[in-house]
Amino acid sequence: MNQKYLPLIATILIFIVSYAMCALQYPNMLSTRVIGNLLTDNAFLGIAAVGMTFVILSGGIDLSIGSVIAFTGIFLAVMLETTSIHPLLAFVLALLITTAFGAIMGAIIHYLEMPAFIVTLAGMFLARGMAFVLSIDSIPVRHEFYGTLKSFYYKLPGGGRITLIGGLMLLVFAVGIIIAQRTRFGTNVYALGGGPQTAALMGVPVARTTILIYALSGFLAGLSGIVYSLYTSAGYSLATVGVELDAIAAVVIGGTLLTGGAGFVGGTLIGVLIQGLIQTYITFDGSLSSWWTKILIGALLFAFILMQKGILFVSRRGRSYA
Amino acid sequence: MKFKTALASATILAACMFGSASAADLTIGFSQIGSESGWRAAETTLTKQQAEKRGIDLKFADAQQKQENQIKAIRSFIAQGVDAILIAPVVATGWDEVLTEAKDAEIPVILLDRTVDSSKDLYLTAVTSDLVHEGNVAGKWLVDTVAGKPCNVVELQGTTGSSPAIDRKKGFEEALKGHDNLKIIRSQTGDFTRTKGKEVMESFLKAEDGGKNICALYAHNDDMAVGAIQAIKEAGLKPGTDILVVSIDAVPDIFQAMAAGEANATVELTPDMAGPALDALEAYLKDKTEPPKWIQTESKLYTQADDPQKVYEAKKGLGY
Repeated sequence: MNQKYLPLIATILIFIVSYAMCALQYPNMLSTRVIGNLLTDNAFLGIAAVGMTFVILSGGIDLSIGSVIAFTGIFLAVMLETTSIHPLLAFVLALLITTAFGAIMGAIIHYLEMPAFIVTLAGMFLARGMAFVLSIDSIPVRHEFYGTLKSFYYKLPGGGRITLIGGLMLLVFAVGIIIAQRTRFGTNVYALGGGPQTAALMGVPVARTTILIYALSGFLAGLSGIVYSLYTSAGYSLATVGVELDAIAAVVIGGTLLTGGAGFVGGTLIGVLIQGLIQTYITFDGSLSSWWTKILIGALLFAFILMQKGILFVSRRGRSYA
Repeated sequence: MKFKTALASATILAACMFGSASAADLTIGFSQIGSESGWRAAETTLTKQQAEKRGIDLKFADAQQKQENQIKAIRSFIAQGVDAILIAPVVATGWDEVLTEAKDAEIPVILLDRTVDSSKDLYLTAVTSDLVHEGNVAGKWLVDTVAGKPCNVVELQGTTGSSPAIDRKKGFEEALKGHDNLKIIRSQTGDFTRTKGKEVMESFLKAEDGGKNICALYAHNDDMAVGAIQAIKEAGLKPGTDILVVSIDAVPDIFQAMAAGEANATVELTPDMAGPALDALEAYLKDKTEPPKWIQTESKLYTQADDPQKVYEAKKGLGY
């Protein structure tokens, strides 16, 4: 069996086993409601995590997405409150801004040869600051179009719902998988993660690919902001603090190598669902401290990093004998 | 452990089958904001105690100050099929959808200590204190205590623009209306903190002839009062005698000051929001008694006559 699938298989196994254990203790965990909630409640995280997967696959990091989500939310709320433009137009404007924001960060990272960590850290402060400049209060969105969008859901037997935003997350994952596996851009991202010099020698357009990766991450963070805005019907500049770290955790638990070059977009979905599952379990239990979520995620992350190192070690040794 | 779990599930299953809605088999979800202040920790402790006393199985979820965590927790409560949900909402906006889901699932929701901007039919009731009334109680105490003698009052306000600061000021001024012997001569923000309360009080004392001109201090919370008491002592005056001290919140430390005779009165912002909430809920589940949409908690006045040392002992274990 190909070793590159090992982390992915491990993630899927962990998810299935832990879900089964939760279901044994609380049979209600199997209800369609819980499954619908897992999709709806993690939609914004999942969409942002797809962008993060591409960034990490290319060997980079994007710390700005939490702030970009909050900025998008407050931007939409302010636009819809103070002007009379249609929400769809506001969505397009928000996506344009966040995509450009990502592209600029990508350009700085490539042309000024700055570490992605520093550039996106600056982006994080900038976006959070802009959100606060727009408004420090939480602003409700009362446009009827939001109500219309929310009324689209598929009712599962047993009371669960696949909401528009939950469905959108699944769609984004599907498109992400196709882009990563079936397009030239996807191949370039993997090549870049293997090492920029090698990639350049192979004929990968490094500048264009880097800018596109961060633009994609910015676009998806903007989309995630729209989803979050629909999720809460409000904009709040203090929202989604630290979501970038949850996204990175989801990507790594999903089997993507932190150093780039190997991993799967689909694994990230499982990574997001594992986090959601832990939170659901803790609420079902009702007596555990909610901080156990963080402890468990930390332990899982650590285990996965160790596993990645182990696989690398084994595959190198195998190669030297071949 | 497994056997216990199986037994518990069997009991729950049996309870569901026979469907008796007595308080003994109630399961209630409580989504708390977090544990950012001592008062909130005390609220959590008291909610757990109230649930235990009534034999309610309380599912507690700490949201770590994040609305998305609160929404997730509420959705999980709905999925579990709890009998009711208590929420202390972190912000006022963004609750419509999840509250509608709770309503569709016929699970009553009660808001604790803060309100939301959603339509009123989405929740059963809200249990909060009346901030204006708190200021009013403090003001009335002062009016009664000075009994017509002329008195210059200095005021330590809360964080500028915050609703407790605005409302507690308003309530106090309303109580003083028509009593011309009482005058607020200075009023500044002390940001609800001890250090700022002390600093601002020092400047008040300097500006008012070393404090000889001041007869009473009104602080919007106890912490500022505790800081101010320190400043009064350092200026060589006796807090509680030379300058009367009245404040709001009733945290344990102010009772210590009252026991030492250094503070005179405090108005309680009770952390026991769950008590009235659960009373209303039990009545509602028993015979569909609709509670009023707003249940105001009691703003009780404590003075030196109320055995402050005893109150301190009772309060200090609550996690303040």
